[in-house]
Amino acid sequence: MKIIVCIKQVPDTKGGVKFNPDGTLDRAAMLAIMNPDDKAGLEAALRLKDQYGAEVTVITMGLPKATDVLREALAMGADKAVLVTDRVLGGADTWATSTTLAGAIRNLEYDLIITGRQAIDGDTAQVGPQIAEHLQLPVISYAQDIKIDGDKVVVQRQYDDRYHVLESQMPCLVTALAELNEPRYMTPGGIFDACKAEITTWGRADLKDVEDCNLGLAGSPTKIAKASDKVRKGAGVKVTPDSPEEAAAYIVEKLQEKHVI
Amino acid sequence: MSLEQYKGVYVFAQQVDNEISGIAFELLGKAKELAAPLNTDVTAVLLGSGVKDLADQLAEYGADKVIVVDDPELKDYRTEPYAHALASVINEYKPDIMLVGATAIGRDLGPTVSARVATGLTAACTVLEIGDFPLVAIPGKEDEQKHNQLLMTRPAFGGNTIATIACPNTRPQMATVRPGVMQKIEPIKGAKANVIEFNPGFTPNNRYVTIKEVVKAVSDTVDIMDAKILVSGGRGVGSPENFAMLEELAAVLGGTVSCSRAVVDSCWKPRDLQVGQTGKTVRPNVYFAIGISGAIQHVAGMEESDIIVAINKDEDAPIFDVADYGIVGDLNKIVPQLTADIKAAMANK
Repeated sequence: MKIIVCIKQVPDTKGGVKFNPDGTLDRAAMLAIMNPDDKAGLEAALRLKDQYGAEVTVITMGLPKATDVLREALAMGADKAVLVTDRVLGGADTWATSTTLAGAIRNLEYDLIITGRQAIDGDTAQVGPQIAEHLQLPVISYAQDIKIDGDKVVVQRQYDDRYHVLESQMPCLVTALAELNEPRYMTPGGIFDACKAEITTWGRADLKDVEDCNLGLAGSPTKIAKASDKVRKGAGVKVTPDSPEEAAAYIVEKLQEKHVI
Repeated sequence: MSLEQYKGVYVFAQQVDNEISGIAFELLGKAKELAAPLNTDVTAVLLGSGVKDLADQLAEYGADKVIVVDDPELKDYRTEPYAHALASVINEYKPDIMLVGATAIGRDLGPTVSARVATGLTAACTVLEIGDFPLVAIPGKEDEQKHNQLLMTRPAFGGNTIATIACPNTRPQMATVRPGVMQKIEPIKGAKANVIEFNPGFTPNNRYVTIKEVVKAVSDTVDIMDAKILVSGGRGVGSPENFAMLEELAAVLGGTVSCSRAVVDSCWKPRDLQVGQTGKTVRPNVYFAIGISGAIQHVAGMEESDIIVAINKDEDAPIFDVADYGIVGDLNKIVPQLTADIKAAMANK
């Protein structure tokens, strides 16, 4: 079985978002990590590899420094890594990104493609289903469990108040939730091998069946009219009362002032 | 076909088990506002099996027209038959704007359909308005500025950045919209819509998945998105048993208990009570954040609340940065005292 996992390098928001004094985001102060949903997708692929035997290829589109997350994936146990990078691909929205990744994936063999549900920087959850659409594949989003049954994949698909157990013919694309699993750590041997491993690098010319008008900033149907770092709502009053009674009285007073009670 | 030929504001009227989801009514409310400056009308697209009777409800919440695709293949949500149905409706009726709820269904359907009809899609929007793109005309290129465009504003980066996005060159202009943000209108009793039945035909292929089993979460809880007062607990509450204190406080205020992701991850409370980026967006009149540190992903789901009261023993907890009233102290002592005092204050009224 051949599995492709799409991963993205994102700035870390979990370890504490850093702000400049004016309330805007201090991007330089934040670490770059493998997107959490993608890492869960990779772990799911590696577990299928452990259980059924599989070749796992990780692919990312990004700047050359995105090789860091590819090497991390190799150190966790992925077999091959592909970086898709080209100046003409920059500024892509989800349509152009999914077009690009689909163009790269057309060069590869696969039974299963796994992407993360969404990335913590863009929060769109759109690229996975859109890749499936470009490749004419069945898609199962929001996977909380993935199993293989012969030439079919069986997935628990999460909804707000339920889950569906879905069965799909492979090839198929599945988007993974971070809560799918607890990703493994890199092994020392894995890190050693990953440092030396060759990473395949593809540019625009390597993308298959893709037109220029669907790539990069120019090929993105959505355009940014305005973007800004959100200046946080200012903090209100913070008090440290001497006793629980004083604390409760303070809250009651405020609720009465605001006509809540 | 020129872009001007695309007309009307369309809403995907999500239903689950033949019950219309709240998001559909919220989208209709917003669609009505958007339709006014465009001089156009509002169409709801209702997909399902045996759903035609639901059209009147959509009319009461503002739909002028309802396009119904009623087919057994659409009984439970599956990506392919739903995407085929919605894409066929778009290709047939050519809407200017297509709104979809940013739900677990809409965030799968929206991207699939937008890629199929080759247009842009903006995810999880919180503000929608009609305006110009570019916002300010480029000097010397005033005639290139487009008017009457859908401007879609959305937070990204866990709510730390905000962007306004347009889709100037392709139609429809598509957005998924965060539940709980747009306001539904007061229903107009007895309102009727022009109901149009449409069926593009469904031929199962490799992209039709099979539903082997439907497992519903057993839950009798109220939807926290509808609550006026939320008493929300985090990891700091300490144990599932300690949530009883929060239940009592919520009870005296006529409110509801909700929680942070840490609480759900520890299996203290079910997922449908979770507030935050991966949970629900809420904006009650009063939000009590009790033992919640205030991770950015949590704040993104509750910062629009009218009044935020935070109780936390850690005076450096980031929740105090968004709280209107922050109380540094031991929640185990303060919460029961507060419940008793509120009870007394209300009895004295």
